[in-house]
Amino acid sequence: MQLEFTPEEQAFREEVRAFVREQLPQSISAKVLNGYDLSREDHISWQRRLYERGWGAQGWPKQFGGPGWNAVQQYIFEEESALAGGPRLIPFGTKMVGPVIMAFGNAAQQQRFLPKILSGEEWWCQGYSEPGAGSDLASLKTRAVREGDDYLVNGQKTWNTLGQYADWMFCLVRTDAAAKPQSGISFLLIDMKSPGITVRPITLLDGSQEVNEIWFENVRVPVQNRIGDENKGWTYAKFLLGHERANIAGVGIAKRELRRLKDIARQERKDGRPLIEDPLFAANVAEVEIDLWALEITNLRMLSAERSARAPGPEASILKIRGTEIAQCISELAMRAVGPYALPFRREAMEAGWQPPGPDYAATLTAAYLNQRKLSIFGGTNEIQKNIIAKMTVGL
Amino acid sequence: MNFEFSDEQQQLHDSVDRYLTQQYSFDKFRAIRASDAGWDQGMWRGLAELGVLAVNVPAEQGGLGFGPLETLAMMGSCGRSLVLEPVLSSAVIATATLKPFSADAAAAALLGKLAGGERIAVLAHFERDSRFEPQWVAGRARRSGDDYVLDGHKAVVMHAPAADVLLVSARTAGEPGDAAGVSLFRVPRDAPGVTLDAYPTMDGQRAADVHLRGVKVPAANLLGVEGAALPAIEAGLDLGLAALCAEAVGVMQALVDATVQYVQTRRQFGQPIGQFQALQHRIADMVIQLEQARSMSYLAALRCGDENMMERRKALSAAKAVVGNAARLIGQQAVQLHGGMGMTDELIVSHWFKRLTAADLMFGDRDAHLQRFAALTR
Repeated sequence: MQLEFTPEEQAFREEVRAFVREQLPQSISAKVLNGYDLSREDHISWQRRLYERGWGAQGWPKQFGGPGWNAVQQYIFEEESALAGGPRLIPFGTKMVGPVIMAFGNAAQQQRFLPKILSGEEWWCQGYSEPGAGSDLASLKTRAVREGDDYLVNGQKTWNTLGQYADWMFCLVRTDAAAKPQSGISFLLIDMKSPGITVRPITLLDGSQEVNEIWFENVRVPVQNRIGDENKGWTYAKFLLGHERANIAGVGIAKRELRRLKDIARQERKDGRPLIEDPLFAANVAEVEIDLWALEITNLRMLSAERSARAPGPEASILKIRGTEIAQCISELAMRAVGPYALPFRREAMEAGWQPPGPDYAATLTAAYLNQRKLSIFGGTNEIQKNIIAKMTVGL
Repeated sequence: MNFEFSDEQQQLHDSVDRYLTQQYSFDKFRAIRASDAGWDQGMWRGLAELGVLAVNVPAEQGGLGFGPLETLAMMGSCGRSLVLEPVLSSAVIATATLKPFSADAAAAALLGKLAGGERIAVLAHFERDSRFEPQWVAGRARRSGDDYVLDGHKAVVMHAPAADVLLVSARTAGEPGDAAGVSLFRVPRDAPGVTLDAYPTMDGQRAADVHLRGVKVPAANLLGVEGAALPAIEAGLDLGLAALCAEAVGVMQALVDATVQYVQTRRQFGQPIGQFQALQHRIADMVIQLEQARSMSYLAALRCGDENMMERRKALSAAKAVVGNAARLIGQQAVQLHGGMGMTDELIVSHWFKRLTAADLMFGDRDAHLQRFAALTR
């Protein structure tokens, strides 16, 4: 038993660190480290740089142009990137639909789609949730009816992340209304430029527009853009959900945000002393720092077990719950750290477009707190994750 | 990075686990708990034969020469079986405290006897006002010719009534709170002037407040250099903290398993109560806490001997805070989910709960370690 990474893994970490130091533009890292919004171009520019280094899709095997990194390497990469202010990688192409196309797509689909995911040339989004299908995703109603070589798609998706930037969507549609909910679903790849698609951004509580409602009105999707068999889409969707687990806990990002919280708490004053010396605030920070440490080791244990090919248990759900709780706790403490200067709020602050009345670092903290409430809701709510854990342990 | 036991560690784990599963039933626990001594000589010999008592004794003194990871490997089963014998107090803490003094012939001889189970030693260190602060030693020792004379009051010394030898800390210089000036002495438990106010603790173990009034011991009973014993005491306490974390995780696993089994079989409203989501989510919370605690018990074992005291204390405080929190949550929820049965003395659940409650309180509760961690990391 030992905590230290192997010499090879440490050398790999150095390699990643050097790459990020050289290639991550300061214009991007400054935004990430100060909590400002990133533009579409920021994301694409980082993806291009990774692609040129051969690291466009960290988990992909070499045959599809990936570096073939194992879960530990992916973890190290994301930790180093996060700490240095690298953008959160947009998962829809590289981590979600890519692996599905590799596992279940045909050769023509693989050749058509995978290279442009890798290069960042095509931006992907996810068409899963609907107004009536959230946690109960299998109850989705968007219909796809076969007409010649096309499907005609009608319906509505929602909570679609960054679809306003997307070139393509992977989408779950109902192709058999008579079958059981899980058995009548197909997995389609839809060109976002297709006639009949309407994208309407949803303004969230922090003023951001990162999710959309999307309407489909007689949208023609070629049958050749269906992944695998008709009515087998649920299988592919479940594969996708189980696929990306190396960084589900978000340890690297949480470490970065904890560092920022402590920086802020050193600069804020209470009773003429740094806030970080206030016993109650210090105890709150210590508590979340300790919880993060426990999560990090739990995450490493999971990676280590994966490396030795043990069957996974409820670990992914544990990591999701604790990771999101900890991230939310850090964002809340950061907001509370600035006291009354958490109150002034302008959306422009997220684009560094506002000189706040208090300290500069206070400008984005409240928006971040508000935005982070999503973490325990998306990707399977934390309550659904607890259902999963209970099912795996109690089994009733 | 790996989280596997070596083959040797796994064998130790398996043999201890098998022995305790076969020999240390809940009925046996209850019988031992109800006995006058509160621990069982035959069981102690059995543990000695298994090598449990030799794990932390160097090979030169006839021990196995193992360390924190082997201690980790065996403590979980001790927790599960609610071992009442002084494994933690004597075979872990006192042994690890003595180990730095093995150049001292008498200390080396004692280590050998601890390994074989012929003697039991406990560390008598904390006092009424020290709570969990190892430097807070007020009891005094003064040199008098060829002897030292000890005066002091040691609070809640676990397993003191079972001990042949007390390792007593006393101040030979400085004031409470000073790291320097703390000395350590071998004191026979039956030495004149030593009195024990003995009692059971909440979890059925035995302890005593130890009063020392003009206790005279030969100068040769001083361990190591006068005034410089604190590092050895901390070595003992730190291994003890790691071992207690591992023991607590063993108890937590047992409680989670028992609770899962209970909600699968207990029926109300025509169905197993485990089908109710309110209860399922409590189970999920228990599983989450258990895994965080397990992770931190590994961290504690891996770092409790770290020579960088800053890193060592950070890791141990983080571990104890997480384990303490998990101990409370899992213990309380297990009782809750067992309903009225969880409240009874008849079911082992309440005894596991009490052991976990004690584990949070020993060597610094969650608050104490949060505070220390905060001071080390701001």
